[in-house]
Amino acid sequence: MLIDFIASVGRQGIEKFQTIGRATLLLYGALVSKPQPKKMFPLLMKQLYSVGVLSIAIIMVSGLFIGMVLSLQGYIVLVDFGAETSLGQMVALSLLRELGPVVTALLFAGRAGSALTAEIGLMKATEQLSSMEMMAVDPLRRVIAPRFWAGVISMPLLAMMFSAVGIWGGQLVGVDWKGIDYGSFWSVMQASVELGEDIGNSFIKSVVFAITITWIAVFNGYDAVPTSEGISRATTRTVVNASLAVLGLDFVLTALMFGN
Amino acid sequence: MHQNKKLELWVGTFIMAGIAALLVLVFKVADVQNIGTNDTYTLKAHFDNIGGLKVRSPIKVGGVSVGRIIDISLDTESFTPVVTMAIEKKYGFFPETSSAAILTAGLLGEQYLGISPGFIDDDIEMLHDGDLMEDTKSALVLEDMIGQVLYSIGGDSDK
Repeated sequence: MLIDFIASVGRQGIEKFQTIGRATLLLYGALVSKPQPKKMFPLLMKQLYSVGVLSIAIIMVSGLFIGMVLSLQGYIVLVDFGAETSLGQMVALSLLRELGPVVTALLFAGRAGSALTAEIGLMKATEQLSSMEMMAVDPLRRVIAPRFWAGVISMPLLAMMFSAVGIWGGQLVGVDWKGIDYGSFWSVMQASVELGEDIGNSFIKSVVFAITITWIAVFNGYDAVPTSEGISRATTRTVVNASLAVLGLDFVLTALMFGN
Repeated sequence: MHQNKKLELWVGTFIMAGIAALLVLVFKVADVQNIGTNDTYTLKAHFDNIGGLKVRSPIKVGGVSVGRIIDISLDTESFTPVVTMAIEKKYGFFPETSSAAILTAGLLGEQYLGISPGFIDDDIEMLHDGDLMEDTKSALVLEDMIGQVLYSIGGDSDK
């Protein structure tokens, strides 16, 4: 009875480690190879379009609304203390340090990560990946690598757009609606936002999240059970695991960057 | 071919928009004037109490920020704090009669180091890299002041 229990814990542990090992091998196989820019470039373009360009709309709209809501909520609290001129600082810092990278990452996991998993999973289920291998085309380099790079390149750009649009949304509510002085809104913001500490760390966060999400997404697709149910499970797993990983990593990164 | 061109156009627009957003953040939101470090020289000063002064706190002369605190440590012989400051060379050198004081922005705001430039005379030298500033005033610690006020009130009631 007890021995069975310990054995089942061990079996699950071994399975988890095997999964991590397969994921690492996948990344290694996709990335470590002689670069072939001529072949890679058109593939990367296509993926940048479907992963990056098609995500612009959702990122911009949610960035605008989050900036506006942040500004409105901040105004309601700050006006009680007569400190509503600090609104610019509050909006800019919370967007750059936290919401920009994190919300972009969550949206990106839902919008692009799930699509990547479903696409690769269906390729596996319809045996496109096996037929590529039959033709001596390495699916890791032909299918996985461009998707991985497209995700890693586009998410930081999207996060920057999110923050910029969010700050603009904050200005719309704070300055244009609630009537905070334009000059003090921006000068307080500019005095408090630092290039390295805020924008640099925001960028680092979004790069880390991009790698995490894209890796989880392509691995779940590649590792999916090649049935319709397997693909649906893999897609769900991508969104759930990527979101949890982003939130967990965010705490770790914040503790490292701003903890002391 | 036509299809490919359209795709590349979109991706190019996307990347340019991302970089434009980054530039907006850097130049509009963080208001970066000059990237890279300016030429600075360092001065040191001993204080009795630095209060809430921190590394990276600004150094101001008449309200204009001229540099930053780069190090705070304790002199192990006299057990007094030593503050090392980096001052930008473009603001020039201060005479050795200048004094440094730890001040507070507003009543409860951030603390910063204020330098009052001293008089210049024939036998007065300028402070150069690594020199020690002699004339310093420590931070006003609010708790100490409240303590003194309470003590003096208590002293009055005895009479």
